[in-house]
Amino acid sequence: MTTNPSGWRPTAPDAADEAPATFTGNRALMLEEPLIFEIGDSETTGVDFEGVAQEVTIGHRAFEHDEDFYKDRLAGLQRKRPIGLPGLSEPETVRHYTRLSRQNYAIDLGLFPLGSCTMKHNPRLNEKVARMPGFADIHPLQPTDTVQGAFALIHRLGEWLVKLTGMHSVAMSPKAGAHGELCGLLAIRSALEARGDAREVILVPESAHGTNPATAAFAGYRVENIPATAAGRVDLEALKSRLGPDVAGVMITNPNTCGLFEPEMTAISEAVHAAGGLVYCDGANFNAIVGRVRPGDLGIDAMHINLHKTFSTPHGGGGPGAGPVVFSEALTPFAPLPFVEKQGDYFVLVEEETAGEHHGRCFGRMTAFHGQMGMFTRALSYILSHGADGLRQVAEDAVLNANYVLRSLEDVLDAPFGASGPCMHEALFSDKGFGGGLTTLDLAKGLIDEGFHPMTMYFPLVVHGAMLVEPTETESKAALDQFIGALRSVAERAKAGDEALKAAPVYAPRRRLDETLAARKPVLVYKE
Amino acid sequence: MRYLPLSDADRAEMLRVVGAGSIDDLFVDVPEAARLSGKIEGLPDHASELAVERELGALARANMVAGEVPFFLGCGAYRHHIPASVDHLIQRGEFLTSYTPYQPEIAQGTLQALFEFQTQVARLYGCDVANASMYDGSTACWEAIVMARRITRRGTALLSGGLHPHYVSVAKTMARFTGDALRYEPPTLSAETDFAALEVDGETSCVVVQYPDILGRIADMSALAERCHAAGALLIAVVTEPVALGAIMSPGEMGADIVVGEGQSIGVGLNFGGPYVGLFATREKYVRQMPGRLAGETVDAEGKRGFVLTLSTREQHIRREKATSNICTNSGLCALAFTIHMTLLGEKGLRELAEVNHRKAVGAAERLAKVPGVTLVNDVFFNEFTLRLPKEARPVVRALAEQRILAGVSLGRLYPGEASLENGLVVAVTETTSEADVAVFASALEKVLA
Repeated sequence: MTTNPSGWRPTAPDAADEAPATFTGNRALMLEEPLIFEIGDSETTGVDFEGVAQEVTIGHRAFEHDEDFYKDRLAGLQRKRPIGLPGLSEPETVRHYTRLSRQNYAIDLGLFPLGSCTMKHNPRLNEKVARMPGFADIHPLQPTDTVQGAFALIHRLGEWLVKLTGMHSVAMSPKAGAHGELCGLLAIRSALEARGDAREVILVPESAHGTNPATAAFAGYRVENIPATAAGRVDLEALKSRLGPDVAGVMITNPNTCGLFEPEMTAISEAVHAAGGLVYCDGANFNAIVGRVRPGDLGIDAMHINLHKTFSTPHGGGGPGAGPVVFSEALTPFAPLPFVEKQGDYFVLVEEETAGEHHGRCFGRMTAFHGQMGMFTRALSYILSHGADGLRQVAEDAVLNANYVLRSLEDVLDAPFGASGPCMHEALFSDKGFGGGLTTLDLAKGLIDEGFHPMTMYFPLVVHGAMLVEPTETESKAALDQFIGALRSVAERAKAGDEALKAAPVYAPRRRLDETLAARKPVLVYKE
Repeated sequence: MRYLPLSDADRAEMLRVVGAGSIDDLFVDVPEAARLSGKIEGLPDHASELAVERELGALARANMVAGEVPFFLGCGAYRHHIPASVDHLIQRGEFLTSYTPYQPEIAQGTLQALFEFQTQVARLYGCDVANASMYDGSTACWEAIVMARRITRRGTALLSGGLHPHYVSVAKTMARFTGDALRYEPPTLSAETDFAALEVDGETSCVVVQYPDILGRIADMSALAERCHAAGALLIAVVTEPVALGAIMSPGEMGADIVVGEGQSIGVGLNFGGPYVGLFATREKYVRQMPGRLAGETVDAEGKRGFVLTLSTREQHIRREKATSNICTNSGLCALAFTIHMTLLGEKGLRELAEVNHRKAVGAAERLAKVPGVTLVNDVFFNEFTLRLPKEARPVVRALAEQRILAGVSLGRLYPGEASLENGLVVAVTETTSEADVAVFASALEKVLA
């Protein structure tokens, strides 16, 4: 495959502006779509019900439509004013949301190189499995005898996660990565309190995801930063000098957000443990090492796993995710409720009632029910499909793809840590050398015109104008070559100070949006 | 391996470009002792699509499917019919496989849908603004308590006895670490709510009430809202069954300052408890104290209307430890399902859906209350009510499950150790409940109790 199969190139970046105006504002397949509040009304519905406006015969007698009856049973609180919810018929609804969908970029459309987000292909088998009535149509409070298959699935996925990470146990209920971080920190705090050694500070590297310090604060800790070395790693000496009796632990991302493995991870863990603290690992980047490295072998006490990253459950435009947390032996007694325990051939649900002496030290409950079951089914489907051999290959291909991008572009884009050796699953570049006042943002928007979702921008904060590219393992070499060609072209324009980049994107459904206006005068709901 | 496009020839060529002799050279930073040389012991190798489907299908078949039996469970998760087009639309790859809309020029689909979602939620709840979703109702409830603490600078929250015990449990877990004080007493098996007993004073940050509550009771919260406001506290209302708001007044109309809840009933299946979608709405003046993402309207460089994520200076990726919450990924696709289902319903459909639910529930309650020894605890309810059985409800539920009837949620399951509640059975009835289901349940209950 060539990287530009049609061979056609636009004559000028603003060619679209010369196109004739249309009556509708549409441009062929690029369709404008109003809000439902502008096209729907309160009298239209796309759902038919049996027995409405007639008589409803349920139970032992028939009910006439009877306002008094309605009032009696509802304490006189029945709705008196319109709610303001517009309705559409089914064909209008399908068209509205289909049209909206076409204004989105997606993995199904192309490479999605968003660093630290692991936008890999979402196998459709997983969607099919999650919709089996035996998983999708069961209630979380059904008697446990009637949901043994569901518990078996949760247990089996948990076993995989424990073995893949080399840890001791797993808490399945956290709803997403940040919720998992919270789970891990609460377990750490509980363990320290249990030994009568409450501590106040969590150390977080400068390059950490924003969720790390936010989570530590949410869990009641004070946050302090650990500096990075010039090679993009945690500064071990600085860390050691800060450790002390007030430090509860550290939150490390490994591989880190510069896309690098922390080679001194074991030494970091030993130092933290020696000072009486515990080690949390942000598992957002587990995709780089799954099947090749077990975090348990690095002295880690707790790590969340984003099932929506490493194990391919769909991101869905911002969730739902799932963030199971694996624990070391030291933290296992403090894992939250509820969890599933296998006793012989039977699966027991351990809840507040049954925790008893056996699990008396668990720190509590993080969510109403058992966690993201719909994500567990998808993740297990993915894991069984790959198997131990396939998962190892996942990490290898993800790392190979990222290094291929790094080495194919380091002549044109500054790679701040390129000289320090291979990267893991993501390649980091900076805006060094851009001309004409052009920025990382301009390059990113230029990439949109090339038909790609931009990489993660301005993160990690430790690199100026950072661009973090994570191609993942589900990209073919041809797709990578096309992406590399596109990024090279836009990078060359940025270095040459091509003014036109400041106006990018020009081919997307929208030009650059005014975010300052949105924040200064927030319009968060539709107003007639 | 069907999901991995690289061929061995590709890998060899790419290693050459990278300048690595083998893949192992790319893992040099991993300490020697931590490198796994081969596959992890005890885990099987890859499997075909057919094999995986068979294996997971066997696990699915080991569960009793709600739709295949008379089914009466609620208590925070409700079985409603979801129109086929909802599931079709959320599976469009452009929605399913897109990311958080940080690049608005190529994410207008998600952003506009979120703007529609926020507006629907705000209107349903009777609030000025709503966010782009939370994980679920229970976590949204805790975030509301945290927000009330931030606004009032007070640290004591009063939780009403009618609040879902799992929501209480989540709040208690978190409060233990954050230092918030919570006051809570479990409910009593009576028709009366405990609003009068809630002692709001100058240290109260908020009062949290559920509407309809865990037993299905409905009460006017207007007077309670006035008491809260007079004391400088906020009223937080929790709604676990949003369909109810098609029939009864919204909490916002009655003076609630923050309204949160579970949105699962609209568009999202039971899924054994997740993923669900947390709803979060409040007054305009508190918007900068809200957790979570917000979509907002703006214009693009050509003046066209468009949408972006906004007010992100509240959020963790900008504010880090000073953020209003640590939430990042929320429940976007479930929010989309909610919005599509709500658009299909519209005002007319939601009101009809609510009416059908309520009428069916009334019919079922009257039928079940005729079973000898059984009394209806609350005769004011929407689609969920509590029965007092003449004996402990938990074994009754188990016995009925053996007859393939999923009879409701026993209060013994929700409040273990609370002897005064152990005879209580919470029964939910929706549009999916048939007349035959009620008849089967009633006669089986009669036999089990005899």
